[in-house]
Amino acid sequence: MLKRYWRLTLAGALLVSGTVQAQGEVTNGQQVAMQGDGSGAPCLACHGLDGAGNNAAGFPRLAGLDEKYIAKQIRDYNSGQRVSPIMQPNVDNLSEQQILAVAAYYAQQPVPAAPAAGDAELVAQGEKIAKRGDWNHYIPACESCHGPDNQGMGATFPGIAGQHPNYIKQQLNAWRAGDRHNDPNQLMTGVAERLSEQQIEAVAAYLGAQQAVAANGGPQ
Amino acid sequence: MNSQYLMIALGATVLSQAVQAADVLVPVNLPESKPGQYVHEAPTLDDLMADETINPELRKVILKGYDMFMNTQQFRGEYVFNDMNCKSCHMGEGRMNWSGPVWPAATTLPDYRGKNKHVNSLEERIAGCFSYSMNGRPPAYGSDDMLALAAYHQWLAKRAPVYERNIAGRGFSHLGKQIPGDVSYEKGKAIYESNCAICHGSDGAGQRKDGKVVFPPLWGDGAYNWGAGMTRVFTAASFIKNNMPLSKPGSLSDDEAWNVAWYINSQERPQDPRFTGDARETREQFIGFHKHTRYGTEVNGRVLGQHDNTGEKPFLKPDNLKPRTFE
Repeated sequence: MLKRYWRLTLAGALLVSGTVQAQGEVTNGQQVAMQGDGSGAPCLACHGLDGAGNNAAGFPRLAGLDEKYIAKQIRDYNSGQRVSPIMQPNVDNLSEQQILAVAAYYAQQPVPAAPAAGDAELVAQGEKIAKRGDWNHYIPACESCHGPDNQGMGATFPGIAGQHPNYIKQQLNAWRAGDRHNDPNQLMTGVAERLSEQQIEAVAAYLGAQQAVAANGGPQ
Repeated sequence: MNSQYLMIALGATVLSQAVQAADVLVPVNLPESKPGQYVHEAPTLDDLMADETINPELRKVILKGYDMFMNTQQFRGEYVFNDMNCKSCHMGEGRMNWSGPVWPAATTLPDYRGKNKHVNSLEERIAGCFSYSMNGRPPAYGSDDMLALAAYHQWLAKRAPVYERNIAGRGFSHLGKQIPGDVSYEKGKAIYESNCAICHGSDGAGQRKDGKVVFPPLWGDGAYNWGAGMTRVFTAASFIKNNMPLSKPGSLSDDEAWNVAWYINSQERPQDPRFTGDARETREQFIGFHKHTRYGTEVNGRVLGQHDNTGEKPFLKPDNLKPRTFE
């Protein structure tokens, strides 16, 4: 169903941008988001034209993330540093210029309003991990790298407040399993593998319920 | 596929799963305690909240001390004149062995300290941190703020034996005090660039966001001053070995920890509050301390600490940093 949806959206998008496409490589970020790399699903199929993503499907929100962080992830898919059979074929034909353009485009999209928090007890447990950590298991607070209120620190430590819980869980599990390993100096790997299943649920529930703030210029 | 092959394949799968389960990608490599050492398990904030025997007023004061410890920057310009929080050096809420646990100050003091050559109280020990590591002015002795911090220290010490000195994971001296003869600025710089700069910056200035310090500076005006314990190369080396990079204790070799500590402590920082006006003279006057630092020595063509820069702090020495004679 999702497939049909993006094809319809794509058809609409192409009508608008058809003339521009004829002029050569698309370097406008919005157009890249609509057309993708020309050989697969365009970005908007999963992430939306507004970059809101989709929690149920585990598609991350891109709106308001640091643009250098987004660009690095795309490059990492292409170099094999980050592995995703879904993402890789959809971005492998993007030029560096297109990567920068689409990253800048999504970084500039307004962040969506936070959804209502779920299970209060779970959220409270997650807040403790996000703000204080669990040092008895050598888990520092998320905030110690992801910055105040977990809104991110520059290109290296993405904003995770207001990210979709299913995506957060999926990524933490990928780190634990060794499937994701593009964190600089393995700074995330150890923390992810020390978190319990329950703690992952909790921290994802808490972070997902926080209002994201756009990264803009990053740390001052 | 014949059944024999299938059996082998299944066996291999089971084996590889078992190996995978035990295979930790980023281990927590902390030293073992030595036989006969007292190993303390400091209580957590959850323990404090769950303890119904504790007087609610005391709980409130301990929580205030905890808050001061974790967010010391709330006293910027009052007690603190650099970018440090207590938790910057005392990781894990000051509770963790091998991370400069703070509770031993409550069980081993009053005692004589070589650093200031007199018998110190817990409050004076805390004042030392404010004067040097925080480049600041300590809360007044006996004040609410000082008592709150002292209460947090003492509560963390719950059930620890008083005047027991053989404590596992205390302080930062696990690598010993002898700096290896082959340390070098260049080696340290290379290790710093590949392991530390991503958070602390190539310029050592750390990173702030929304006015909050996220990654503390390691040198420059925002860092600990020349009188801080961390300026001793051995202290920094052991701190780094067992605490850095964050979440990866023990990941650097001893050699890497020594070299990077040497590099960091070869950089300029705010003046030692005990400065006499001449860094070489100050070094000699406090040689028991400074024999472990590079202060007052020539590094890359200049004498470290030969300057009047006290950072953001508008004075050199806080008033309450003074000798006692008990006479």
